[in-house]
Amino acid sequence: MKRTFLALAFAAAAGVAAASAFPAQAQDRAPSEILNVSYDIARELYASLNPVFAEHWQEKTGQSIEVKQSHGGSSRQARAIMEGLQADVVTFNQVTDVQVLADEGLVREDWQSALPHNASPYYSLPAFLVREGNPKNIRDWSDLARDDVQVIFPNPKTSGNARYTYLAAYAFGLEQNGNDDAKAREFVGQVLGNVPVFDTGGRGATTTFVERGIGDVLITFEAEVYGIQREYGEDKYDVVVPSMSLLAEFPVAVVDRVADRRGSRQVAEEYLNFLYSPQAQEILAQFSNRVRDPDVAAKYADQFPEVRLVTVEDVFGGWDQAQKEHFADGGSFDQIFGRRR
Amino acid sequence: MATAATLPTTSAVPRQISRKARRAAWTRRILIGLAFLLTALFLLVPVAVIFQQAFARGVPTFWANITHPETLHAIWLTVLVALIVVPINAFFGLCAAWAIAKFQFRGKKLLIALIELPFSISPIVAGVAYLMVYGSRGIFGPWLEEHGLQVMFALPGIVLVTLFVTCPFIARQVLVLMQSQGVDEEEASLSLGAGGFKTFLYVTLPNLKWALIYGVILCNARAMGEYGAVSVVSGQIRGQTNTLPLQVDLLYHDYNAAGAFAAASVLAVLALITLAVKTIVEIRSRTE
Repeated sequence: MKRTFLALAFAAAAGVAAASAFPAQAQDRAPSEILNVSYDIARELYASLNPVFAEHWQEKTGQSIEVKQSHGGSSRQARAIMEGLQADVVTFNQVTDVQVLADEGLVREDWQSALPHNASPYYSLPAFLVREGNPKNIRDWSDLARDDVQVIFPNPKTSGNARYTYLAAYAFGLEQNGNDDAKAREFVGQVLGNVPVFDTGGRGATTTFVERGIGDVLITFEAEVYGIQREYGEDKYDVVVPSMSLLAEFPVAVVDRVADRRGSRQVAEEYLNFLYSPQAQEILAQFSNRVRDPDVAAKYADQFPEVRLVTVEDVFGGWDQAQKEHFADGGSFDQIFGRRR
Repeated sequence: MATAATLPTTSAVPRQISRKARRAAWTRRILIGLAFLLTALFLLVPVAVIFQQAFARGVPTFWANITHPETLHAIWLTVLVALIVVPINAFFGLCAAWAIAKFQFRGKKLLIALIELPFSISPIVAGVAYLMVYGSRGIFGPWLEEHGLQVMFALPGIVLVTLFVTCPFIARQVLVLMQSQGVDEEEASLSLGAGGFKTFLYVTLPNLKWALIYGVILCNARAMGEYGAVSVVSGQIRGQTNTLPLQVDLLYHDYNAAGAFAAASVLAVLALITLAVKTIVEIRSRTE
């Protein structure tokens, strides 16, 4: 009995030692795999993109490459990279989360100009998911302030997704009232007053709307709205794209510190460039993302109703300022929400 | 009046008892019924739902979900971590329990408290603490990075935090038994001329067998089910550092409920096997 124990213990110790030694060896060779650290609902998207890229890379260089994926809330992913997660590239859904890496020196300071379209190969916008047949006739942001409408979106304090929703509603309020900030706040207050429960994240809000059956309209990214429809039934929910919305970019960047150390810069850069190719843009569009390539965009135009997009930079002076003015403690969200309670 | 008063009292005593007995029987029935109802609601229904949801889209879909390379890898990783962690903990648990039960030394209470520490620390705190030590901004981080050793966001990190979280299970089980047994048998063995190894092998270990196996089972169950600490240090690289509990969570967040429940059903089956083995061990240890 004892001998077995000792043998097992040694085997286990050897296993740990071997496991820690292997990555070190792998780093000396040219990398045969890279890690793409990404946001939480993009698994299927990148699972479709990666094999196509591997083929492309094989054709171009004759080398095989495997793109590994890690998905999670993008702020949390950024945090993990700072703590040592070996990401060669990031593909996030929040500009601020890449900027955090740039501030830490992991990503080059001018990452946004390193690639076309603000380093965002595709984009989306907050849109509405309503119950079948749109019984409450919800067409635009103004309908969300109606007394008979219950609105579902997560807490803007904890969810990046909800910050987009909040700012989009705010921007709509400003537009409708000739940039009168007090009136815009009043409008946002009415919308917030129609939210029966604030979940902490997008997934929780979806559960509230779909599985608990609470609310008349769920607000989330257009790309996600279609995913929810696919999973829970196309006939049960309709997508409504409002007349205007807020541009949501999906920023990508090479994590320079990791790429330089692993010698993966070339393949990492090629991977991000590949996302702009017609082939990749086509796949992105099939997953309900709006794309940059004019030909592909034209081909999928039916899928994406026209919408006027404003940017956080233009309306709110950038994310840093929006964060300070609206979501920091004592910001507009606290003032409006606190007043209502 | 006196006769009239005595008559009811004499017959009232048995009637009261039978009423009490009847009431007791009812209380018993209600309590047992409630226990069953609550067990069904809180334990049986959720477990049943896992399997119902896993198979909701048909057996082929279930099978495709289970045999998906990422899920298969998650199963393998979960089993691998348990295979590494449980023997180490068994060895460490035996040593610690041996030292505490058979010897007198300073700081004994402190050692017991340290072994039990993981019971009172939230796993997520444990995960973050390990990051602060082995992460790239942690105490040993820069040194590890210089030598190309990846501890966090790789298998060693997952093994380390799982070791931390599960370390009390075997030590506690064995220790309680060792303390109640005392050192008489060992002293007898030693005084009869047997060596230390021999005494351990033929006296101590057989006495501990069932406690040890029981501890191993508990430790194994916890190691395979651990989510909080592992989620902090795993990095969630699909097909590489994703354990089964993490895989369930990720599939669910992907709007892939069928896949999530299929993976969850594997975890549930592993748990049910553990439960069955535990029950068998309990029965056999009682009969011995």
